[in-house]
Amino acid sequence: MTASGSERRAARRMRRRSRLPTILGVAGLVIVGALVFTAVLAPWLAPYDPTDRIARPFLPPSAEHLLGTNDVGHDLLSEIIYGSRVSLLVGLVAATVALLIGTSVGVVAGYYPKRLGSTLMRGVDVILILPFLPLLIVLAAYLGRSLLNTILVIGLLIWAEPARIIRSQVLSLRSREYVLAARSMGAPDRWTILRHIVPRTALLATGSFVRAVSGAILLEAALSFLGLGDPIQKSWGSTLYWAQTRGAFLTPAWKWWVLPPGLLIMLASLGFALIAFSLEERINPRL
Amino acid sequence: MTAGTAVAPPRDPAAVRPNLLEIENLFVRFELPTETVRAVSGVSLTVAPSETFALVGESGSGKSVSMLSVMGLLSSPPAVISGSIRLEGREVLGMSARRLRKYRGKDVAMVFQEPMSSLNPVHRVGRQIGESLRIHRGVSRAEARRQAIRLLDRVGIPSAKNRVDDYPHEFSGGMRQRAMIAMALACEPKLLIADEPTTALDVTVQAQIVDLVRELQAEYRLAVVWITHDLGVVAEIADRVAVMYAGRILETGQASDLYRATRHPYTSGLLRSIPRLDRSVTTRLAEIPGAPFRVVSELAACPFDDRCPLAGEGCQDALPELDTVGHGGHRSACIHHHQMGPASTLWPEGTVAGDQASADQAIDTVVSVRDLQVHFPIVRGLSRSRRRAIRAVDGVSLDVVRGQTLGIVGESGCGKTTLGRAMVALVRPTGGTIEINGKPINHRSGRHRRVVQMIFQDPFSAMNPGMRVEDVIAEPLRIHRLADTAAVRDRVTELLTQVGLPGDSGERYPHEFSGGQRQRIAVARALAADPEVVVCDEPVSSLDVSVQAQVINLLADLQARTGMAMVFIAHDLAVVRHVSHEVGVMYLGEIVEKAPRDQLYADPLHPYTKALLEAVPVPEPDYDTTRRTRLTGDVPSPADPPSGCRFHTRCPVAVEGLCSTVKPSLEEVTPGRWVSCHLVSPPAGHPAVAHLGLGE
Repeated sequence: MTASGSERRAARRMRRRSRLPTILGVAGLVIVGALVFTAVLAPWLAPYDPTDRIARPFLPPSAEHLLGTNDVGHDLLSEIIYGSRVSLLVGLVAATVALLIGTSVGVVAGYYPKRLGSTLMRGVDVILILPFLPLLIVLAAYLGRSLLNTILVIGLLIWAEPARIIRSQVLSLRSREYVLAARSMGAPDRWTILRHIVPRTALLATGSFVRAVSGAILLEAALSFLGLGDPIQKSWGSTLYWAQTRGAFLTPAWKWWVLPPGLLIMLASLGFALIAFSLEERINPRL
Repeated sequence: MTAGTAVAPPRDPAAVRPNLLEIENLFVRFELPTETVRAVSGVSLTVAPSETFALVGESGSGKSVSMLSVMGLLSSPPAVISGSIRLEGREVLGMSARRLRKYRGKDVAMVFQEPMSSLNPVHRVGRQIGESLRIHRGVSRAEARRQAIRLLDRVGIPSAKNRVDDYPHEFSGGMRQRAMIAMALACEPKLLIADEPTTALDVTVQAQIVDLVRELQAEYRLAVVWITHDLGVVAEIADRVAVMYAGRILETGQASDLYRATRHPYTSGLLRSIPRLDRSVTTRLAEIPGAPFRVVSELAACPFDDRCPLAGEGCQDALPELDTVGHGGHRSACIHHHQMGPASTLWPEGTVAGDQASADQAIDTVVSVRDLQVHFPIVRGLSRSRRRAIRAVDGVSLDVVRGQTLGIVGESGCGKTTLGRAMVALVRPTGGTIEINGKPINHRSGRHRRVVQMIFQDPFSAMNPGMRVEDVIAEPLRIHRLADTAAVRDRVTELLTQVGLPGDSGERYPHEFSGGQRQRIAVARALAADPEVVVCDEPVSSLDVSVQAQVINLLADLQARTGMAMVFIAHDLAVVRHVSHEVGVMYLGEIVEKAPRDQLYADPLHPYTKALLEAVPVPEPDYDTTRRTRLTGDVPSPADPPSGCRFHTRCPVAVEGLCSTVKPSLEEVTPGRWVSCHLVSPPAGHPAVAHLGLGE
């Protein structure tokens, strides 16, 4: 019975390995859920209006102001709570833009792999090769500082990866027999793509979407930190920007001015990345 | 116990030979998370040394599972095995993993259906053959290689010395199966289990493999258990046969008794539903209704009851046991076996209504293909040169006539599927024309292709698994806007009843249906577009034997009713004979012979047609096979077809200096009969013709 014993051990090991993605996925969901909760209920959760000068500038944390105040006397806690709205909004909308472009390009390039497809994929290669941050900065500076521009710039830069993933799936789908069957029935290409190809890429697209959100949140923070975000909207990145300009990085104020937004950026990105990881494990278990 | 039996003096050598393999009351069930599948329920059988035992059954009958348990290859869990399996008296069940490893390969070896997936693609063939010698015999690397060459030579691989270092992908399908057999024989096992070894192969190659196994068996004094779904293949070589159904043996006995004095309605139905070349063509094949099923609860009645014409009193009461019904261990598990009349009354062949009318109609060509060429370029190297091409279809001309069926037959790689796909615009022709109703057509796919529809080989993969059957069938209606939204449902119900499925099946998904039912759904979908021509690409070759006849009959019925034309593509001449009015034989992208059905089968003119016809197995034991001409080798690569007549490399009657240099053209020998062979219509003025006295 030694054989069955070792088999049982192997089975247990397998189960443990397959449980890890689920645990991480749940952790990601909890993080993202908490952030969304904060963002939606910001007006009720925040103790002050973040645009009101409610106290003296540069106050250290106290009972009234848990994270102190910034250089113009805004409550930092309220600012960070409201900041989650911008970060999440930019992340979600920019990822949607990226996914729309990526899916269209991926599906078209995969379904017509010859001339059209290879031309499109060379475009994708160019986007992937371009130095990311410098391009982002140039574009953002050129287009001007507004929330919409931030979303567009980020969306335009991160669609290439979903496009590649979806193209590879479509390449395999297009030679499936049920796609051939639809074509043999006399279905026009548009019919085949919308009925048989796109629905089958949905699962894969979900995975890329969540990962794109994680990336977009980081990029938004980077842009805002460089002072290229929307000047009216307070995001975590712009809080860091002001902390940097006012020298908070060098004073004890970093503990309440720099650390909290920095950790939140990391946490938000991590939350989405964990969900994406667990989704991918489920979609493609060989990964 | 072996010692006792072995020492005992044999009185009658045939009767008391000690058995090599004894299986007693074997039960195998798979405990899956959702259900328990009872794959084998109480199987007992014996195999004597150097005997050929055929285990016949449809998919899911438990034939492979019972032999996998003999090999000790079932992993438990999920399999739960009970009973007893003894090889030379040693119990196999419960053997330790170490002893099992010694026993496999040395005592018992197995050959599987798909040789490509059984061979490791990254190791050289010779090394894989030598592997078991190195494991079991501990021979040196050089010795193993020498043995591998000897074995490859023995199983008929030409110039084995040069091929021993090839990789599996460099071998053709038939050669791979030969290599698998060589591997199985390496340690000279006593028992060889062959699990559908010829099912994935062409008919001509299948005949070669059957011959090879027969020779080797005599030479090595092997016992062979041949698992198959086809009673035809094993008739020539089996000494004894067991027919399995739903995990039980329904009938077993000497091959001659089982085939000639069948005592179980299922065996007789299986035999009747094999399309035969040596019987007259009736318009319908005898069919067994229903489909084989999966056993999930313990059997308490005859499992064949609901499909059986003899079903009656007592069949539902108890599980019938195998009872002796004749001499030589002929046993049948049917309580009504004494009522069995001749097979023809048990399983009658019907007639198709209104078939005669279509034959008298004026000839009305729907699709006309002229000089069609489909070449696929081989792109290779950095320069992406496209100098070479696979000539899948190379100059094919044919007509499809309304209300009639054109059969296209050929081995794999002959271009028959590409031809069919070109007709429904799935591949783009590189030359020639396709006209539908006299109008040359655009090679692009799209709505204008409504009149030609296709039925695929594997119905399951040809349906979007996420769509309900209703949407699958309604798809052509929606594409071509043949019915408005409200009427779609009614039309689908109508189509479902037309193909013999319950009208409310539309709510379910394709995976809930059996193979035969899925092919019916595919037929309904093809009909939904109201086509004038239906191209059927091997529509029955993925189905069980008993279900094949149902689908063939359905197609014939529908053709009689709707007057549609059909193109029936198959690798099997016997199946094509039952449905076709005209038959074209393809070889390496060309049509070599085309004739009205009865002429072609009664008097084949082209040597390739003759060879194909002779390779079709006949389900008669002791059938005289000696006068057959067997084709040697495999189909050459269509990327580099032989010069002259493409068939000359395998042709048994090729004329030196003529067939290898001059390409024969397809000529009309008698009205409606086209042959492309120098021996039938000799080219005028060629020296070889005069020399051989071939000219008129």
